[in-house]
Amino acid sequence: MSALLEVEGLTKHFPVRRGLLRRVVGTVQAVTDVSFTVNAGETLAIVGESGCGKSTTGRALLRLIEPTSGTMRLDGTDLMTLSRADLRQMRKRMQIIFQDPYGSLNPRMTVREVLSEPLLLHGVATQANLQAKVAEVLGLCGLSSFHAERYPHEFSGGQRQRVGIARALATRPRLIVCDEPVSALDVSVQAQIVNLLQDIQKQLGVAYVFISHDLAVVRHIATRVAVMYLGRMVEEAPSAELFAAPLHPYTRSLIAAAPRPDPSAGRVHASVEGDLPSAMNPPTGCAFHPRCPLAVDRCRAERPELRTIGDTRVACHLAEPATMRAQTRPLDANTPLARRLAVLAAARTRNKETTPA
Amino acid sequence: MMTPADPPILSVEDLRVEFGVDRNVFRAVDGVSFSVHRGRTLGIVGESGCGKSVTSLAIMRLVSAPPGRYAGGRITFDGQDLLTLPDAQMRALRGGRMGMIFQEPMTSLNPVYTCGAQIIESLKVHANLSAQAARERAIELFDLVGLPSPSKRVDDYPHQLSGGQRQRVMIALALANDPDLLIADEPTTALDVTIQAQILELMKDLQDRTGTAILLITHDLGVVAETCDEVVVMYAGTVVEQAPTAALFADPQHPYTIGLMAAVPRIDVDADRLATIEGSVPPPWAVLKGCRFASRCPLADDRCKTQPPPLRAIADAHRVACWHAPIEGARP
Ligand SMILES: Nc1ncnc2c1ncn2[C@@H]1O[C@H](COP(=O)(O)OP(=O)(O)OP(=O)(O)O)[C@@H](O)[C@H]1O
Ligand SMILES: Nc1ncnc2c1ncn2[C@@H]1O[C@H](COP(=O)(O)OP(=O)(O)OP(=O)(O)O)[C@@H](O)[C@H]1O
Ligand code: SF4
Ligand code: SF4
Ligand SMILES: [Mg+2]
Ligand SMILES: [Mg+2]
Repeated sequence: MSALLEVEGLTKHFPVRRGLLRRVVGTVQAVTDVSFTVNAGETLAIVGESGCGKSTTGRALLRLIEPTSGTMRLDGTDLMTLSRADLRQMRKRMQIIFQDPYGSLNPRMTVREVLSEPLLLHGVATQANLQAKVAEVLGLCGLSSFHAERYPHEFSGGQRQRVGIARALATRPRLIVCDEPVSALDVSVQAQIVNLLQDIQKQLGVAYVFISHDLAVVRHIATRVAVMYLGRMVEEAPSAELFAAPLHPYTRSLIAAAPRPDPSAGRVHASVEGDLPSAMNPPTGCAFHPRCPLAVDRCRAERPELRTIGDTRVACHLAEPATMRAQTRPLDANTPLARRLAVLAAARTRNKETTPA
Repeated sequence: MMTPADPPILSVEDLRVEFGVDRNVFRAVDGVSFSVHRGRTLGIVGESGCGKSVTSLAIMRLVSAPPGRYAGGRITFDGQDLLTLPDAQMRALRGGRMGMIFQEPMTSLNPVYTCGAQIIESLKVHANLSAQAARERAIELFDLVGLPSPSKRVDDYPHQLSGGQRQRVMIALALANDPDLLIADEPTTALDVTIQAQILELMKDLQDRTGTAILLITHDLGVVAETCDEVVVMYAGTVVEQAPTAALFADPQHPYTIGLMAAVPRIDVDADRLATIEGSVPPPWAVLKGCRFASRCPLADDRCKTQPPPLRAIADAHRVACWHAPIEGARP
């Protein structure tokens, strides 16, 4: 079976211009030589620190940013050579949602209008069945027709994100690029949206490219995870594998640095020193070497290529098959938290049964 | 864990802060009480809009008035009543014995002065140092907070530094005058995790060395678990639960605390599905007679909807504001 999306050698370098004559004084190497595939119905997460090129990659997939080079195929269609008109057609099959849906929603359009536009444009609905189609998408996203007549500013952050997801879903795409879709939300609302994205995937088989800097969310939602550092992919693996046995020192630092809401786990100690270097002037050899606790001379001179070790692709000279695997544990049902959660869940079910909808 | 016997450096009692005029008044902070002890870290955790920042600004007397106004309560810092303190003395405390760190350092660092100049100014005002001595102390502080090449960094402007470096400058500024209390409002929220770990470690090291008390405001339960000795959970302007950190995580009592803990995805625990709290936070203008969480609480009954539950002790130093806590036996 060939993949839904195939990306090879994706590169985007932004020219940096200075002065009155806007002369090019350098380039920001935002994304360099990134390759991956996404299968139908799965979630590939892209993680990494601020500025590592996650959003640039996501936008380049839809050609909202023109890649400098590389090839991208969706369902076999070469995305790089599509004309503007064909690109619009392609967006029926591939959509994007952003961190702040507010910025991308027209404040003067009601939710019904926001959703009608793509439905009609892509011929998914006709004037005759528009009403029903709008109601259907709203329902998928946990909204009701009550919400259809309202404007984006009347919604909370979580509801706005639901509208953003509804708009992306309207044309029943095969793939949605989600660029930090829950990063601006409070945890209780974040959990609602994460569950919604998972439910939709189960129901419709849509694939996600899920961009995030939050490893805990990613572990929860991703099938596979790609880690980026300074514009390059440094590790890619099935999610369970990546978290149990990270092979790249940078991935290990990221996982170690994520705070755990468990005081008995002990305090996290900073595992990498220093800051992210500039993407205009990345370090020689392995770009991680100035911060890498394992760096040797070879790392400063020679850039490590991605190699395959087991199910993992990793770009590190020293990476070896893992001998240790981190243990995760299932949620303990006998803690006060779990017991009380069960009480709340039971009460919620009872309430739903006794109060008519 | 017991609360230390020595008097707290900061105590906040029944604090109330309102915004707006006439009929549009709402209570952003409604009866909040807690205290912070030397050498210890108290966390305030809660979702967006629950009143964390207003609480910290109120302590500093930085709530803009109008539209803000104190509607009651007492704030005591090392025995002094802050709400009646003359402005000049309050100014001397801020940046002196009370240090502050905010989420976005660019809003509190002045872009037209070098990083060093801002610290030197503070040292000249509060510590009465000469220009030369202040510069030397600034370099020392930059070194202390782990800025590379500190003698060069003092002459850099804020925009020349990375986000993590700017946050280090903010910490150096907040620590310049050996504060007794450091108020840190989401000090690492805008930073990457690897930098966050560095900054949290730095704050802890400095606390170990100087014994400063820290009031840490965050929405991240992970940060709370790793850095705080005690936690206050806020919801819609009120304290719903308060406990030593270990007790809160081992024995969460309030339905909101329980929901919040279960909603956080975990990097070390498998879960098929995240638990959610249904609905969303009521808007600030909503008139709520009873428990403010009632609209989202599956256990809410008539009493919950009409009478606000008082914060009551259920164990040593563990307080909860819920009529039905502990909820095991609850039947709505
Ligand atoms: N239009 C642009 N012109 C010049 N440089 C850009 C442009 N867009 C992005 N960059 C640079 O490219 C690099 C990658 O940016 P990108 O937005 O993809 O990062 P990111 O991983 O999404 O970061 P974040 O987590 O902060 O969203 C950064 O150094 C950024 O400054
Ligand atoms: N200057 C102001 N004028 C009017 N309302 C205000 C003002 N400052 C804060 N508020 C309101 O007071 C409430 C509490 O705000 P606060 O900033 O303390 O929330 P927070 O808990 O810090 O949230 P966040 O996590 O988003 O920072 C909010 O409803 C907010 O809109
Ligand atoms: S190649 Fe060298 S510097 Fe790079 S991650 Fe591996 S050990 Fe570290
Ligand atoms: S007082 Fe009632 S509504 Fe409020 S949290 Fe407790 S059970 Fe829920
Ligand atoms: Mg981005
Ligand atoms: Mg705040």
